[in-house]
Amino acid sequence: MILTQTAETKASAIQMRGITKTFGEVIANNSINLDIRYGEVLSLLGENGSGKTTLMNMLSGIYFPDAGEILVNGEPVIIRSPKDAFDLKIGMIHQHFKLVDVFTAAENITLGSQQKGRYDKKEVARRVREICSKYGFEVNPEQKVYTMTVSQKQTLEIVKVLYGGADILILDEPTAVLTLQETEKLFSVIRNMRADGKAIVIITHKLNEVLAVSDRVSILRHGEYIDTVNTKDATEASLTEMMVGKKIALNITRDDIPNKEKRLSVKHLSVMSPEGVKVLDDINFDLYSGEILGVAGISGCGQKELLESIAGLQKTEAGASILYYDASDAAEKQLIGTNPKQIRNLGIHLSFVPEDRLGMGLIGSMGMTGNMMLKNYADGKSLFLDRKQPKDLAEKIREELEVVTPGIQTPVRRLSGGNVQKVLVGREIAASPAVLLTAYAVRGLDINTSYTIYNLLNEQKKSGVAVVYVGEDLDVLLELCDRILVLCGGAVSGIVDGRTATKEQVGALMIKR
Amino acid sequence: MSSLISLLQAAIYFGTVIMLGSLGEILTEKSGNLNLGVPGIMYLGAIASLTGSFFYERAVEHPNPVVCVLIAILCAFLASALGGLIYSFLTITLRANQNVTGLALTIFGSGVGNFFGGSLNKLAGGVGQISVSSTSAAFRANIPALAGLGVVGDVLFSYGFLVYLAIAAAIVLQWVLHHTRVGLNLRAVGENPATADAAGIHVTKYKYLATCIGSGIVGLGGLYYVMDYTKGTWANDGAIEGLGWLAVALVIFTTWKPIQTVPGAYLFGILYWMNYYIPGLTRYSQEIFKMLPYVITIVVLIFTSLRKKKENQPPANLGLAYFREER
Repeated sequence: MILTQTAETKASAIQMRGITKTFGEVIANNSINLDIRYGEVLSLLGENGSGKTTLMNMLSGIYFPDAGEILVNGEPVIIRSPKDAFDLKIGMIHQHFKLVDVFTAAENITLGSQQKGRYDKKEVARRVREICSKYGFEVNPEQKVYTMTVSQKQTLEIVKVLYGGADILILDEPTAVLTLQETEKLFSVIRNMRADGKAIVIITHKLNEVLAVSDRVSILRHGEYIDTVNTKDATEASLTEMMVGKKIALNITRDDIPNKEKRLSVKHLSVMSPEGVKVLDDINFDLYSGEILGVAGISGCGQKELLESIAGLQKTEAGASILYYDASDAAEKQLIGTNPKQIRNLGIHLSFVPEDRLGMGLIGSMGMTGNMMLKNYADGKSLFLDRKQPKDLAEKIREELEVVTPGIQTPVRRLSGGNVQKVLVGREIAASPAVLLTAYAVRGLDINTSYTIYNLLNEQKKSGVAVVYVGEDLDVLLELCDRILVLCGGAVSGIVDGRTATKEQVGALMIKR
Repeated sequence: MSSLISLLQAAIYFGTVIMLGSLGEILTEKSGNLNLGVPGIMYLGAIASLTGSFFYERAVEHPNPVVCVLIAILCAFLASALGGLIYSFLTITLRANQNVTGLALTIFGSGVGNFFGGSLNKLAGGVGQISVSSTSAAFRANIPALAGLGVVGDVLFSYGFLVYLAIAAAIVLQWVLHHTRVGLNLRAVGENPATADAAGIHVTKYKYLATCIGSGIVGLGGLYYVMDYTKGTWANDGAIEGLGWLAVALVIFTTWKPIQTVPGAYLFGILYWMNYYIPGLTRYSQEIFKMLPYVITIVVLIFTSLRKKKENQPPANLGLAYFREER
């Protein structure tokens, strides 16, 4: 059925036409067109948040498009559920594996209502071995999933999809969790599957892999479709440009503050994740008063762990050193080994805005006053709480930052995202910090509120605070920050001057491997 | 010797009630629903079977034992499954908190049970007057040829058919869970509903069915209590609630394995009744022995938590609602 012919005439597997998907007010995909063909590997390239996974989830039945049409083998189809996708022989290997830990490999493979007939474990095991020998996988059908390595789990996912008879495979960031050797092995089975006539899509942001394994590349940026090119005509430079786009002028003020003093000195900082993966690898940098140090990088490259290490919330590997230089007496203090409260008392404040905004730092069901008290509840001397001070502080933040809320006692989860962020950042600033760590402070905010936050950070900088700004938008980083530290896979791939660096330069550092 | 036999018999009567309760709850929990409404659902099953048989026995002069049994079982199963349906609708469709919903169901069920129990007593002529003797006799009937085999007959064959049915149910449930596709899918729903969903399993359907059928089985525990354990009578003494909680404890004790409810339930029965057979205990020191089933459940919990063996842990998604588009 599947045609394996020359590149020009390969049969079309899936055509997506004008696909649009929105989440609330956020447009994740805006009128995207995409062609997937049999006997070909297509790379879907884009930065984090560019809408790659969302787009593919509409093929796997997790999301349903708001507009547009999907053609499979030339026929218009409606995919409402994973089962529909399965019936169309579309299989997706998600970034977060969809496996049941306590089941064996064979049990995971046979899971699902679509497989009819008697439940015969021996027959399942036999077919699994057949698929493995055909494409070169290594899977033990009797092994329990919780004893498997990440690479084994991924292999199992692919075998599972093939076992179900899929002809169209979508792999979401398949190499993100693999070592170099494992990646090579994965690529070799991908090539085997391509030779067998399967249509394969790889979602990725790693250029070297795009160039190594794919036939064509489609590029997305901020939910927009940019272009599709043949891999043999593409270079790292041309792909980077399409991925990050041209520089946009934002006109954010950036003053140069004289008499900078060293505030923090980070040396040999490494952090292991609970799974035993190195998420920070020998980080070295200095942080000065009166500057904003930007931290750029594809999300999940160690930004969170870096800030948490400084704030004392992360367990660091032996040999790391974070020295703090006090402004008043220039005394050195080692932060490793002290607890978060002591670090806070030194004037190092963390304002981290996670994806869900409220997850870290604020309690949704409390009002502004209650949230102010979270950080200074221990200050009072008497048995009873002192509500006067936090209440005054809440009023002050509400007034100065123009927080839109029915009242300071209104639970903060009822506030809009921008206002929640103002409360969070406002509280940290109110403590008059010496070092202010912010992450994704403008995530999901409209343009005006974003500028309010930039101005707040600039004011802090002017008053001599050392600010760390972890951001996602390169244009903002390039206009707001004095220096930009680029993280790539947990390591510092470069520190550039924010005034002279170009977008391409930072973009290239972000994906340097 | 005779006291040992009567201890074993008491343990088996007692154990059958909580075995049925546990089996139903294991089925429910395997779908990821932590239904703490077990005592309430036992009440529902108990009072429904009693009500059904009461009116049947009042309506006909010579009640047919087969009809008695069928009416009682049908009433108990349906009323309890309805309780499960309330729980399912609240927790699966409306995604209400499972603990709160379950506890509410326990309070609701015992209220319903005691209210109608009181009413039935009044209809029957006053407190403690209700008795569905024909139905109870049908449930307690044994095969005289086997029951008469001396000690063996007393210990193994002197019971009504539900005792054996409960053991059969444990074996069947164990087999279904681990050797059929339906069982595999159900366990996947309780472990990782997102994965089950992605595999094309109808998560909501599995949760609803497992919870309703599971509740129906729990209700049979209540039926067995009124028909066999208390011989077709009703007392507003709250005894069913205590048994319901023991059934929940037994689920943990067996580490969610149906087949282990058989020895587990009888062990709980022996521990619970042991105080009657130990000489020299006072009314107060007896109570310490009644505590033992709970104590060993805690011990089992400590050991399984310490050993962290994955196979002995509760279903990974137990107590959590599932919503596909959650990001």
